[in-house]
Amino acid sequence: MDLNDLIEIAEKENAGAKPIRLRCCTAAGCLSQQGDAVKNALQQAVADAGMSDRVEVIGVGCMGLCSAGPLVKVDPDGALFEQVQPEQCASIIASLNGGGPASASVGSDDIPFFSKQHPIVLENSGRINPERIESYIATGGYQALYHSLRDMAPADVVEEISKSGLRGRGGAGFPTGLKWATVAKMTAERKYIVCNADEGDPGAFMDRSVLESDPHRVLEGMAIAAYAVGATQGFVYVRGEYPLAIARLKTAIQQARRMGLLGTQIFESPFDFRVDLRIGAGAFVCGEETALLRSIEGQRGTPRPRPPFPAQSGLWGYPTLINNVETFANIAPIVTRGSEWFSGIGTEKSKGTKVFALAGKVTNTGLIEVPMGTPLRTIVEEMGGGVPDGKVKAVQTGGPSGGCIPAAHLDTPVDYESLAKLGSIMGSGGMIVMDQSDNMVGVAKFFMEFCMDESCGKCVPCRAGTAQIHKILSKITDGLATSADLDTLRSLCEMVKSTSLCGLGQSAPNPVLSTLRYYPDEYQACIDGGATAEASA
Amino acid sequence: MAVKTLTIDGKAISAREEQTILQAARENGITIPTLCQLNGTSDIGACRLCLVEVAGIPKLLPACVTRVGEGMEVSTDSERIREYRKMIVELLFAERNHVCAACVENGHCELQDLAISVGMDHSRYDYMNPKCAVDITHPRYGIDHNRCVLCGRCVRVCDEIEGAHTWDFQGRGANTRTISDMFVPWGQAASCTSCGKCVQACPTGAIFRRGSTVAEMKKDRTRLDFIVTAREKKQWIA
Repeated sequence: MDLNDLIEIAEKENAGAKPIRLRCCTAAGCLSQQGDAVKNALQQAVADAGMSDRVEVIGVGCMGLCSAGPLVKVDPDGALFEQVQPEQCASIIASLNGGGPASASVGSDDIPFFSKQHPIVLENSGRINPERIESYIATGGYQALYHSLRDMAPADVVEEISKSGLRGRGGAGFPTGLKWATVAKMTAERKYIVCNADEGDPGAFMDRSVLESDPHRVLEGMAIAAYAVGATQGFVYVRGEYPLAIARLKTAIQQARRMGLLGTQIFESPFDFRVDLRIGAGAFVCGEETALLRSIEGQRGTPRPRPPFPAQSGLWGYPTLINNVETFANIAPIVTRGSEWFSGIGTEKSKGTKVFALAGKVTNTGLIEVPMGTPLRTIVEEMGGGVPDGKVKAVQTGGPSGGCIPAAHLDTPVDYESLAKLGSIMGSGGMIVMDQSDNMVGVAKFFMEFCMDESCGKCVPCRAGTAQIHKILSKITDGLATSADLDTLRSLCEMVKSTSLCGLGQSAPNPVLSTLRYYPDEYQACIDGGATAEASA
Repeated sequence: MAVKTLTIDGKAISAREEQTILQAARENGITIPTLCQLNGTSDIGACRLCLVEVAGIPKLLPACVTRVGEGMEVSTDSERIREYRKMIVELLFAERNHVCAACVENGHCELQDLAISVGMDHSRYDYMNPKCAVDITHPRYGIDHNRCVLCGRCVRVCDEIEGAHTWDFQGRGANTRTISDMFVPWGQAASCTSCGKCVQACPTGAIFRRGSTVAEMKKDRTRLDFIVTAREKKQWIA
């Protein structure tokens, strides 16, 4: 396999494409609404109409607008059919033949939801068939790996990633280039690459979508990383709740291995890289890097104190580079288009784009990718189409580790520092919109219950502290709390935040602290309401 | 061997570079409270009682796993740390069913000592009153989960010193339980050698010698350290 072979495969793939292509979403969101039945019905309709010679139906990954699924997009004329039912498929095919308008509702991709996006990570998502490597190669796939192996020294690759300003997309925003440089500098007989796909935040589905829609992009990013830091073995740690992502990753690894794009002597260079899957068993804490590494080793998934960081001592004590799915998905474009192009997008300290899973009380739910620094208002009101009935009350970012940002701060640009200033975090990209009917104490309680259940039980503040915080929140919502409980709640939150061992405990109080900060009246109302109820009883 | 100089609570001390803040403090007569730490076994930084402040670092650091550094200014007894320690001990007492008056360990218990040292006279938190089992299927020893603080000392002593790995944890969060083998009654745990090291390691009355009555159980933790370090300290030679 060399560059010419890649180009040949791409040309063959593009030449083989039929004049009219119906792209049919086969990611988990649309599949849950009979997306596969729609795809089959379309194929049947094409065959029935005798149009197989010029029309093809392709299963693609996520197109983003999950709330309008199942989605079918027609190339090249660009019509987007929404909420397609299998029985509407015949009329869609007939419309292609000039048989009058289709009975399915036609959406437009000229709405802000699409036009305000800046797809880099998701550029192939919803366009290519995630189950065929040729489809990825046709978009120029694996050429970045070829370019790295043949034209760049490992140090050049690290330098390029450092210059791009890319920061970890798993939530904390650690500079990716710095992490790579640390692992590259370690001298060890063995090094590992780990892709963290243990996406566990309630309401977040960015990584799942990337893996279901464009798995090769992640594998290519991992291979480039392995070359840059000198690793020969990689692991993708996927949560077991993502069966489709696991299946597609398995297929992708097999295909890449067969073509010699993974394995030994990749592109006939001395570089070897093998990737294996490891499936999580349902513990949220295994998304924490040290717990994840323990889990890959076959141990109980509990975090350990850092330092030493995985970059120094990771899997089985060897230097390990661990990055998130979205981080790896950014690598190939940076290598292909250069660090300058990438650092031209976003803000001064947060470069590039970020994928968000837009959910909650908003008209258009789904997956979006916007440049860093995009105001929350643009995301929620323009792209998301606002709250269906009423007004935005708050936006929750960062899942159980994040906080609630009140509507008054909607003009905040979305970047690592601005969100932290408001007491929330960027997190992995979950974004839940709340309207006036949402009770903020209830929201805080929901997330605290999640953290309490998912605490690994190793350190006392997180194990016992979250349980006490949850108990106090329950008292508050039940109207049984007093003002003294509010003080206890505050002090417990500060203590759990400052003393917990890992990120789970250190960030678990954030939803409570941020709602206490912006919505103290709601807490007070529960307490006063309870007091009057008691007095009248 | 490199030596670092640092100050702990204003006292200038020197320590070998591989030493932790906790070791350096102890050598110099400075007491930092601990619970999960046990000489002779690995340090895991789980109980968070040994957290200290280091000048220039915003985070609190666990003294048991943080190495000394040149010029470090460590503070082990600030008001903030004292308050957090007290809260941690109170959380432990509220978490399970600790009834000192009916406990074999009464008067010799590390948890009890901790409570006294942090000045706790009651827990300001609600008792969780979890349902916990007592396992007395082992012919010589028993484990009362009501008194377990999940420090993991039995797990490490069994794995690292005895090499049996009979003990481990199951479950998550507040539902975490210490289990023998693959969650069988202790008496049926085939890997257990009945060596009794876990009994000595346990800081509370959770693991006890059968037949002990209230306040009768007294444990010898120096024994475990001796087993591990006797050779290098040449203590085998009488």
